[in-house]
Amino acid sequence: MSARDDILGAVRERGPATRELPRVPDFHSAPDDLVDLFTMALARLDGKVAQPGSDVQAWLATAFPDARQICSAVPEVSGNVDPAGFSDPATADIDVTVVRTPLGIAETGSILLTETELAVTTAAVLAQHLVVLLDPADIVENVHFAYRHPAFQQAAYAVLLSGPSGSADIGGVTVHPAQGVTTLTVVLLP
Amino acid sequence: MKAVDQARNALAFLEDEVHERAFDTLIWGLRVRRDAAAREVPEWEDLRTLASQIKEHTLANLAHYLEMFEASAMRNGATVHWARDAHEHNQIVDDILSSHGARHLVKSKSMLTEECELRPFLQRRGVQVTETDLGERIQQLDDQPPTHIVGPAFQKTTKDVADLFHRVYGSDPDRADPVYLAQVMRDHTRPLFLSADAGMTGANFAVAQTGAVVTVTNEGNADLSGNVPKLRICSVGIEKIIPGPEELAVFIRLLTRSATGERITQYTSHFAKPRAGGEMHIVLVDNGRSDRLADERFWGSLKCIRCGACMNTCPVYRRSGGLSYGATYMGPIGIIMMPATDIRRYRELPFASTINGSCSNVCPVHIDIHDQIYQWRGVMNDHGQFSTTKKAAMKVAGAVLSQPGAYRAAAESGVAALKVLPHFALYNRLNAWGRHRDVPEPPTETFHQWYARTRGRDGTGGTSL
Repeated sequence: MSARDDILGAVRERGPATRELPRVPDFHSAPDDLVDLFTMALARLDGKVAQPGSDVQAWLATAFPDARQICSAVPEVSGNVDPAGFSDPATADIDVTVVRTPLGIAETGSILLTETELAVTTAAVLAQHLVVLLDPADIVENVHFAYRHPAFQQAAYAVLLSGPSGSADIGGVTVHPAQGVTTLTVVLLP
Repeated sequence: MKAVDQARNALAFLEDEVHERAFDTLIWGLRVRRDAAAREVPEWEDLRTLASQIKEHTLANLAHYLEMFEASAMRNGATVHWARDAHEHNQIVDDILSSHGARHLVKSKSMLTEECELRPFLQRRGVQVTETDLGERIQQLDDQPPTHIVGPAFQKTTKDVADLFHRVYGSDPDRADPVYLAQVMRDHTRPLFLSADAGMTGANFAVAQTGAVVTVTNEGNADLSGNVPKLRICSVGIEKIIPGPEELAVFIRLLTRSATGERITQYTSHFAKPRAGGEMHIVLVDNGRSDRLADERFWGSLKCIRCGACMNTCPVYRRSGGLSYGATYMGPIGIIMMPATDIRRYRELPFASTINGSCSNVCPVHIDIHDQIYQWRGVMNDHGQFSTTKKAAMKVAGAVLSQPGAYRAAAESGVAALKVLPHFALYNRLNAWGRHRDVPEPPTETFHQWYARTRGRDGTGGTSL
């Protein structure tokens, strides 16, 4: 017998008696201000929220004055690196990647990214700095609402990003960066 | 193999006060933060109950969900492999690598690959394996197994890491600064991601409806390991399957809060399909899990989501260190998982517990950990795995505890004895618990003496409670 048949046979014959799958409620609690909650939650893991108004390009120049390689996947910002047109190793040289997220989570300060928003998804992990545009209307209350997003059914790769990469592996003290982005800034922009 | 003497190993750990204190402080801090995180969620207990029920349902219908996961993964363009045991798992991974001519593998932390001892297996076959989780990399460079399932290097101080990185990378040994040391690691590891032939991750969850493998990390290393090389391999224990995204939400809310007290990790990543132009291989691994599923006493341990909360709350783990268990999984969860893999080697582990129940109280999926520890002691007795000292002690205890009169006499003389016995009589080699501990001041009388004095035999001596 194949390993597959052996394993399936073993768990089918010898597993515990069946029981119901519970229905998962959404734990909706109608919180007051999702933007405030989102901002506070993101700050816990050292992510920042910026509200520069409509001129994101000007804000970016002030926020990252030393950035040479800017990869923009949004119409609000023009960069000098094409988000779809480079090979992977090159993404390691990017200073700032700018991308729009379709979803924010107030409970955890998370934003969602998939290959739909960024064709070469490593540009979100290998860039030094990540700037994410988020429409406040796209913020949901908690993780239960978030997992209703179609990306979790369809995307090849979906990541909920909740702060710049970090590690507490040395002495239990959280430091940034680890292997991913050094900073994460969420720009609130409809 | 020789039995692991957890108490003796712990003694060695306790001799070194710097590490003992640092470890205890760090690990207890995680427990304190876990409590705070749990308290801010009104539905916390509902989530724990749901998580337990979802896991039990899935494990009871595991063949159905495994087949569903396999079908979803294949629809996504992934290749699914099945491994009965560690050796088959390692062989499958090696075959995938060699058929692609892959010589360098970057991997993120995976307790399953630790369990299978994949790294030495591949290295013997000439594959270079780079651990990319900071803590796991530290342990790899120091040739040690993980000391904690969440923070593999928690047993090392910052100074230890500074010395290690100096030895390996030539960094400044006097800068015992986590920010600097993490940067040293980043500088040395990022180029390896770019040149690696293949990337590997474990799985915190595998979603049957969508075929996605989910990893929960802080460092971004799983996303780099899984996304930069064209060839991606994910090793998944068969108990990691959950039905769908709706159920996943419950576990995502519980896992990080239970582990570190944060609400979520920086990266919660869902790998469903191969990246463009690449391949994705998923290895589903049994390695003793189907045997455990068949055991009505112990199958509940398969609900574990590897948060480490039971370890953080355990007084024995905190004061013994993770290495003392000589096992892939340590602390309370290790005690109930390891003996099934080698009853003789791990026969002492069920005794590395006070059975205080704290582990079960913090477990996010309601595993009755302390009950299982107690039951494992019975298994050890049934299998003749008690040491000579333990047998002698049990014989005396059995005789005394079975007769109320004898128990009272022993308790009274015990209290009297504690007042007058010299230190060496209490803290000798036969009493592993006495080492590094002081008994509290002995009471002036036993409970029975107090009860007889204050309440009296006619029950008129006091008010009812």
